[in-house]
Amino acid sequence: MYKAPTKKQLPKNKFGFKRPEEQPSTVAEAEQLKKQDSALNIIVQFKSKDNENETTGPPINISQNVSTEQLELLINNLLNNEEQLPYSFFVGESEVVSNLKNHLEGQSEETTINIYYQPQAVFRVTPVTRCSSSLEGHTEAVLHSAFSPDGTGLASVSGDTTLRLWDLNTQTPSFTCKGHTNWVLQVAWSPDGKKIATGGMEGDIRIWNPLTGKQVGSTLKGHTKFITGLAWEPFHLNPKCVRLASSSKDATVKIWDTESNHCLMTLSGHTMSVTCLKWSGESMIYTGSQDRTIRVYNTNEGKLIRVLEGHAHWVNTLALNTDYVLRTGPFDHTGEHQETLEKAQQKALERYNEAKASGAKYGGGDILISGSDDFTVIMWNPSVSKTAISRLTGHQQQINLVSFSPNGRYFASASFDKSIKLWDGQTGKFLGNFRGHVGAVYQVCWSSDSRFLVSGSKDSTLKIWDIKTKKMTLELPGHADEVYTVDWSPNGENVVSGSKDRLLKIWRN
Amino acid sequence: MAQGDYIELHRKRFGRRFDHYEKLRKRTSRETHKKSALAQKVYGIKAKLLNKKRYSEKAEMKRTIAMHQERTNKKATDEKVKEGAVPGYLLDREGVSRAKVLSNMVKEKRKEKAGKWAVPLPKVRAISEDEMFKVVKTGKRQKKAWKRMVTKVTFVGEGFTRKAPKYERFIRPTGLRFKKAHVTHPELKSTFYLDILGVKKNPQSPTYTQLGVITKGTIIEVNVSDLGLVTQTGKVVWGKFAQVTNNPENDGCINALLLV
Repeated sequence: MYKAPTKKQLPKNKFGFKRPEEQPSTVAEAEQLKKQDSALNIIVQFKSKDNENETTGPPINISQNVSTEQLELLINNLLNNEEQLPYSFFVGESEVVSNLKNHLEGQSEETTINIYYQPQAVFRVTPVTRCSSSLEGHTEAVLHSAFSPDGTGLASVSGDTTLRLWDLNTQTPSFTCKGHTNWVLQVAWSPDGKKIATGGMEGDIRIWNPLTGKQVGSTLKGHTKFITGLAWEPFHLNPKCVRLASSSKDATVKIWDTESNHCLMTLSGHTMSVTCLKWSGESMIYTGSQDRTIRVYNTNEGKLIRVLEGHAHWVNTLALNTDYVLRTGPFDHTGEHQETLEKAQQKALERYNEAKASGAKYGGGDILISGSDDFTVIMWNPSVSKTAISRLTGHQQQINLVSFSPNGRYFASASFDKSIKLWDGQTGKFLGNFRGHVGAVYQVCWSSDSRFLVSGSKDSTLKIWDIKTKKMTLELPGHADEVYTVDWSPNGENVVSGSKDRLLKIWRN
Repeated sequence: MAQGDYIELHRKRFGRRFDHYEKLRKRTSRETHKKSALAQKVYGIKAKLLNKKRYSEKAEMKRTIAMHQERTNKKATDEKVKEGAVPGYLLDREGVSRAKVLSNMVKEKRKEKAGKWAVPLPKVRAISEDEMFKVVKTGKRQKKAWKRMVTKVTFVGEGFTRKAPKYERFIRPTGLRFKKAHVTHPELKSTFYLDILGVKKNPQSPTYTQLGVITKGTIIEVNVSDLGLVTQTGKVVWGKFAQVTNNPENDGCINALLLV
């Protein structure tokens, strides 16, 4: 006979222990449970996760037994949504995974329980499961690869001094672009998808046309040491995609005009190699450097606005909560092209404002995340203050990459300690650990619906992680050596990985 | 005080003669004329010696001039692009990725030589039983001679306990037991001190393999988990074979070459 577990038998609300959600295993049990629980009703109040002061709808008296699907129906009704949109629900800090009942520990029946809802992506990306092709061609390690913002093109750069463009439909090489005289380290598509910038070991930057595979304009010379980062001006600020920023080991950042091919300004100030660079949607440039500081520049005059100090060692990586929309510009997950430039800019602006809302908690400015060699991640609000929001510890080795999810709710940090950690994008709360790699994790990339994460590691494998269950969904072996670069196409269809074994692999579901 | 020191002392006290530098300038500018006059005058062995000296001096001069010009010279950038490209985020971390460099080579090599069992030492010196074992006399009158003592280095494995004397045919002396070996990685050109996991094959005889005797040419298995090699599926490799390259019984240590 089924006996409800007494309170004593259940694990206490200790750190790290979550009360398991009870699921009846037989029909009889389910009926029993239903009978038993029918009397237990609670009063809930829906609130948006973004804006915790406002309430949605009146307090509602519902059964304890409601599932997330039922909550979803309810919230769609309350918000008068025309279509049924997916949501996720939280009580306090914990997410309601299947049943509300299990999150009521310590709550009195009298009090109103706040349920926070948060919209999820309306589309779903199916995680990739198999390698659909190995693209041969590079004669040296593949160092960086990127999908075009609309998800139809693929570019990869390698130590053999070439940029290669691939046809994704036939999965064959379309162009080999020669020009650089040393390793090509960086590749960046302009947000309109019409230009590709590459930065090389020799310090040159070249702009290519992805349709013809030819170089556009002359080589942008100026940096004396290798290029560490490239960033295009966001689409909603200038839909023509003219300006490009580059950071280099020579401790400077340069802003280039890619139409007249000259350097507009040089932002100096760092005393050591600039390791990373972000061009925010608020016309600011953030640069992280080995001199342990992050500098904020104005892009119009090149003025230094702020210096963010807080790290105790090299700053390796930066991420913005709007990174994804800045990268994809006017293209959403369908990869649809707008007819006119104005419309496209409008679309890009809309998308940007939507993404920016995830930072509303801090006055609407950007949320900047920096990962460092001192094993910590720091959250900043750089448009407002130079003090950190929070400093997140937990990693045991250098952090190589931090990456915000496309919806700005989470961010992941990849470290040389073989783990990936998941954090809340707004509060910085630690959410989970992804362990499984046996070598340093070099790169991570989010799926466009923010439900999955793909990671590439020194141990030559890729792994796909589920954000909801915080577990590994799939392991993708196949490369013969370290995986240097990973990218998930914005339309969610393909994952590309480039490795030291000179292969570029395309993974699909 | 030595004679030559007086002039030094004098110079220290009163400085050089006033016209010293003028004279020096004149002497050096006259030097070339003097040299050329000498070069024209000398003949025979003296001329030969002088020419040889001048030749080497001129070569030296040319070299220095070229060295100074190097700075201003415009050269074509025909520099070879270096191999072993690494992404930007690893560029300032020399050495971090080094240990992995080899593992790729390991794999490539393995692909090339799939199936082949090529070892660095293909032939070994035959070791007779007399050399390998010493007869231990037993029995009350010391007339039984069925017991043998291994005179070579052995590996016995963890948790080994000797058998009772009555049943112990082969004694492996504790002084000649080894647990670790110096293993060189041929591509990395570096040596690691690694634990021995077992004796894979002693080419002398299967009995020796069984006994764990390590002689020159023996294939041993070593623990390479510290090197961070991984398989294609992303698992850590921890056992790898190595061939012993020295005579451990003579040297008191085991040197081996990793088989890749």
